[in-house]
Amino acid sequence: MFRRRPEARPAQGGRLVEVFVAGKPVQVPEGASAAAAVLLSGAPAIRTTPVGGAPRLPYCMIGICFDCLAEIDGVANRQSCLVPVAPGMRIEPQVGARAARIEDAA
Amino acid sequence: MTASGHAMHDAIVIGGGLVGAAIAYGLQRQGLSTVMLDEGDVAHRASRGNFGLVWVQSKGLGAPHYQHWTHASARAWPQLAADLLAGTGIDVGLHQPGGLHFCFSDDEMAQRDALMGQLRREAGNAGYEYRMIPAAELRDMVPGLGPQVVGASWTPYDGHASPLHLLRALHAAFQDGGGLYRPNARVTAIKAAPRDFAVAIGSETVRAPRLVLASGLGNADLAPLVGLSAPLRPERGQILVTERTRQVLALPTHVVRQTEEGSLLLGDSKEDMGFDTLTQTPAIMRAIARKAVQTFPWIAELNIVRAWAALRVMSPDGKPIYDQSERYPGATIANCHSGVTLAGAHAGLLAPMIATGALAPDLSPFSARRFDVQKAA
Repeated sequence: MFRRRPEARPAQGGRLVEVFVAGKPVQVPEGASAAAAVLLSGAPAIRTTPVGGAPRLPYCMIGICFDCLAEIDGVANRQSCLVPVAPGMRIEPQVGARAARIEDAA
Repeated sequence: MTASGHAMHDAIVIGGGLVGAAIAYGLQRQGLSTVMLDEGDVAHRASRGNFGLVWVQSKGLGAPHYQHWTHASARAWPQLAADLLAGTGIDVGLHQPGGLHFCFSDDEMAQRDALMGQLRREAGNAGYEYRMIPAAELRDMVPGLGPQVVGASWTPYDGHASPLHLLRALHAAFQDGGGLYRPNARVTAIKAAPRDFAVAIGSETVRAPRLVLASGLGNADLAPLVGLSAPLRPERGQILVTERTRQVLALPTHVVRQTEEGSLLLGDSKEDMGFDTLTQTPAIMRAIARKAVQTFPWIAELNIVRAWAALRVMSPDGKPIYDQSERYPGATIANCHSGVTLAGAHAGLLAPMIATGALAPDLSPFSARRFDVQKAA
C-alpha cells in the first residue's frame, strides 16, 4: 500500500536501518519515523482504540492525531510519528488502553 | 401562550447545569410543565469541570442535616442512574464501591479517625459506617500503593460517575419527558409576584407560578430579585487527566479516580483566583501531580493529556443553600458545589418538594438566613 518516493531520500549514501514492526523486520531510511516504518511494514493496524476497539494506522504524521500510538522498545502509548528509528527498535501494536506498570512495593 | 403572548408553564428553572437540570428533570417527572433556561457558553459551567465523585465521607461535620442530605442523595443515586439509563440509554457510569481518603502519617490517621467518629456520633439513627484501614490491608484493595501511605478511611457510601454523561442524560430525560430546554437564554429581568413569575430573555417572556434559581454563581445576582440572598464566591479547582489505562483502580479516592473509559483524574486543589479559569498556576498543578504520585507512584509514568480549571460554587460555610422566598412564595434557590453527589437528592427529593410548594422542615438549616448577622443596636 505504501512505498517510498524514490526521490525522497538518496538511495546511494543514505543508510538503511533495520527495525521490527510487530516482530517483522523492516528496512527504513535512517532518520525516518517509527510511524513510517509501520506504514512500510504493511501492518493492517498499529493500534486499536481504548473504548471502541477500532483499528488505526498512522494518519497525520505530525503529532496531532494520536492514531500512530505504539509500544516502542517497551514504552506504551508513544506517538510513533514523533520517534526517529534506531537500529533494532521494536515497534509493537498498542492494543487498546495501555496498562499501568505497577511494581509491588510490598 | 397566553393572550398577552407570554409562554405559560408550571415551573421555570434558571440554570442548565447539573443542579438546574436535575431539578428540572425531577419537576417534569412530577408532571409539571417545566422550562429550563440555560445561559450559554459564557456561563462558568462548574458542571463541566466536576471531578465526578459521589462523596459522603467527611461532609457535614457539625451539620447533621448536611450529612443526612448527602447520604440520602447517595442512596437515591442508583435509582436515578437506572431511570436515566432506561429512559435515555445513557449509562452515567455510576459505581458505589465505597471510597478511600488516604493518610500519610500516624497523626493524620488519628485525626481522621476522630473526624469520622464524630460524624458517626452526629449521624444519629441514619447511621454512619466507616473503617480506618491500615496500609497492609489497603495494598490488597488498590494496586501499587506508595510507601508513604499509612492508611485510609473508608465508607461504603462513596462512589463516582461521569459528570458529562450525567449532564447529557439529565437534559435528554428532561426533554424526552416533555420539558422545554432553552439554550442561549440569558435572563435579562425577573418580575416577581407571589406565585407569579415573569422571566425575560431579551424581548421574550416566560411565566410560571414556580421559579427555581439554579444558576450557580449567577444566583448571587438573581436571588435578590425574588427576595432572597445567595452570598456565593468562586473557589477554583484544577484537574489533571492522564492517558487512558486499563482498569486498575477499583475504588474512587479523594485525590484520584479512574473513569469508565480508563483516564485517571487527579485533583483536589483549592485556590482563590476570582472568576479566572484560564491563568495556569504551575505550583498547584505540580502539587496535584505530586500528591497523586505520592499515593500511587506508578502514575508518574503516565502521560498527562489534559488539564482544566473550574469554579466551585461556594457559600460562606461551604454548605449548600436551599431557600424559599417569603416575600414571593413559589421562588426557590438551590446552590451547592456538589452537583454530582447531590443529583440524586435534587431530582428525587428536592424537586417533589418544590412541586408541592414547601421544602421539608429538615432542609430549613440550609436557608441563607444562617449568614445573616444581627446588627448591634
